[in-house]
Amino acid sequence: MSEMNDQLVFENVSKFYGEVLGVNRVDLSIAPGITSLVGPNGSGKTTIMNLMSGLLQPSQGSIRLLGMSPNEPEKMFREVGYCAQFDSFPKGANGVQFIYGYLRVHGYNHAEATQLTQEAIERVGLTEHAHRRVAGFSKGMRQRIKLAQSIAHKPSVLILDEPLNGLDPMARAEMIDLFTDIAKAGKHVIISSHILHEVDLISDQVILLNEGYIVAEGEIAGVRSEVAGKPIQMLVRCDQPHLLASKVFEHESVVQAAVHEDGKGLFISTKDSDQFLLAFNRIVLDNDVRLQSITPTDADVNAVYDYLIGSGDAS
Amino acid sequence: MKSLWWRQIQGILRMEVRKNLLSARALPIYLLGAIPIGIVTLFVLVASYLEDGPPTEFAGAGGAQIFFALLFDLGIFRSTLYFGCVWVFMNLFRGEVLDRSLHYYFLAPVKREVLVAGKFLSAWVGATILFGAVSSICLAVIYNFLDAGNLTSAVGHWLAYLAIVAMATLGYGAIFMVAGLFMRNPVIPAILIFFWEGLNPFLPSLLKKFSVVFYVQALYPIDMSQGPIEIISDPVSLWFAIPGFLLFTGAMLFLAGMQIRRMEVHYADD
Repeated sequence: MSEMNDQLVFENVSKFYGEVLGVNRVDLSIAPGITSLVGPNGSGKTTIMNLMSGLLQPSQGSIRLLGMSPNEPEKMFREVGYCAQFDSFPKGANGVQFIYGYLRVHGYNHAEATQLTQEAIERVGLTEHAHRRVAGFSKGMRQRIKLAQSIAHKPSVLILDEPLNGLDPMARAEMIDLFTDIAKAGKHVIISSHILHEVDLISDQVILLNEGYIVAEGEIAGVRSEVAGKPIQMLVRCDQPHLLASKVFEHESVVQAAVHEDGKGLFISTKDSDQFLLAFNRIVLDNDVRLQSITPTDADVNAVYDYLIGSGDAS
Repeated sequence: MKSLWWRQIQGILRMEVRKNLLSARALPIYLLGAIPIGIVTLFVLVASYLEDGPPTEFAGAGGAQIFFALLFDLGIFRSTLYFGCVWVFMNLFRGEVLDRSLHYYFLAPVKREVLVAGKFLSAWVGATILFGAVSSICLAVIYNFLDAGNLTSAVGHWLAYLAIVAMATLGYGAIFMVAGLFMRNPVIPAILIFFWEGLNPFLPSLLKKFSVVFYVQALYPIDMSQGPIEIISDPVSLWFAIPGFLLFTGAMLFLAGMQIRRMEVHYADD
């Protein structure tokens, strides 16, 4: 696979539902790894995923997944699996029939389809319940059987719309491990989620969306640095937080210095982290302050998201 | 590539025939199919209790054949089979949209035209099996009860009626599948076509040709009189009717294929 062909590419893609904007002028080039689409309801996450999978046609622009067009499902879906948000299933099917049936539609013979079905069901931990009717599954089990269906043919691109919805903490952890394993194998995993903390932990890059527009994209740290003028906050654990607070506050780049409620640390907000950190070393040495740790407290996706999208209630 | 398409169509068939015949969605067509069987059963029960037996005009081979032909034409072909096809074929894609399960097919590596062919074939097989069985049961009961003559001619008639069921299902199926894809409310075209088909005997010769009834009549094993006000037109030959049906079905499948290629899945709007 050439370098160009291992990318998921959107070129100037817009989608309108009549006069309602779905997404507007989206340009993306997504490399292998875990990429998260983050945004509030109606921001365009599902629209982007449905465009990727050909369930929707773009109003303008072009989309290529690994060099293939979504208009060629017979080629593309050999390499792409999509776990959609729709919580619905063919009537009457049990877990095994649901996966096996669609694998037969792929063109696999009985033996291949049977083996792939078993592997997929084992991978999502549903072996015990797989012969029960899907209609009787719990929300979490339905989510897992959909995941199994999307990974059963071992795709190179896995698109997952809110895949962690309805899963208990243990199942979430297992699924996150599964996504990480798939990404480590050099494949694409595209996830949309409102579970921002989990997305932050597992994502190689994030794409932040709001009202149909991409407002930022890249690695979390990179996205964070794109936000010029937004103060960075850090937590400094030390033995003299009150003294340190009075000293750092004299520096011109510091906009806030507040002692932690436990009295053993200090929150510092600065609008120029590079300049501040140079000065900070001198302040610490001159005042004989013993440092235990310095941790950025807002370099996660929540902080960036809140800042860019202006929503205090991202989840 | 052909073998892949065939395997995919078989995969679709496996899922769809079960859905069309063994799921809750099949209940309306079973109820429809029960109507002519109920009528025949009632007729046999009532006639058995009559002192003089069944009416004389229905007695004997000729009477039994005419009686069944009328029952088949009005009770099966123009009603049960027609509305059964409306239900099965209009829901072929629309039912999946209502069930929100169409995306599973769209997310499989299948050409959408192959999907259309597979789903149509499966619905045709299901409908033909069901209405073929209904026709067979009714024919066996009537021919046996009214003593319709020798076994050879009965088998010949039975095969002819099965052929009518197969062809009518093909023609109506193609029309209703396309109507279900293009129309937001497929009930209106279903009713309009029903009246159009009913009017066929009274239409001018040219307009008669734009109906399924006209071509299917060529397959009837006995001459069907349409009454005194029928406008006579040249009967279509069997060798024109069958290829014509297949061509028409092919054209409808082509149209459906074009529509399904453009189709988007956003269930909330449907």
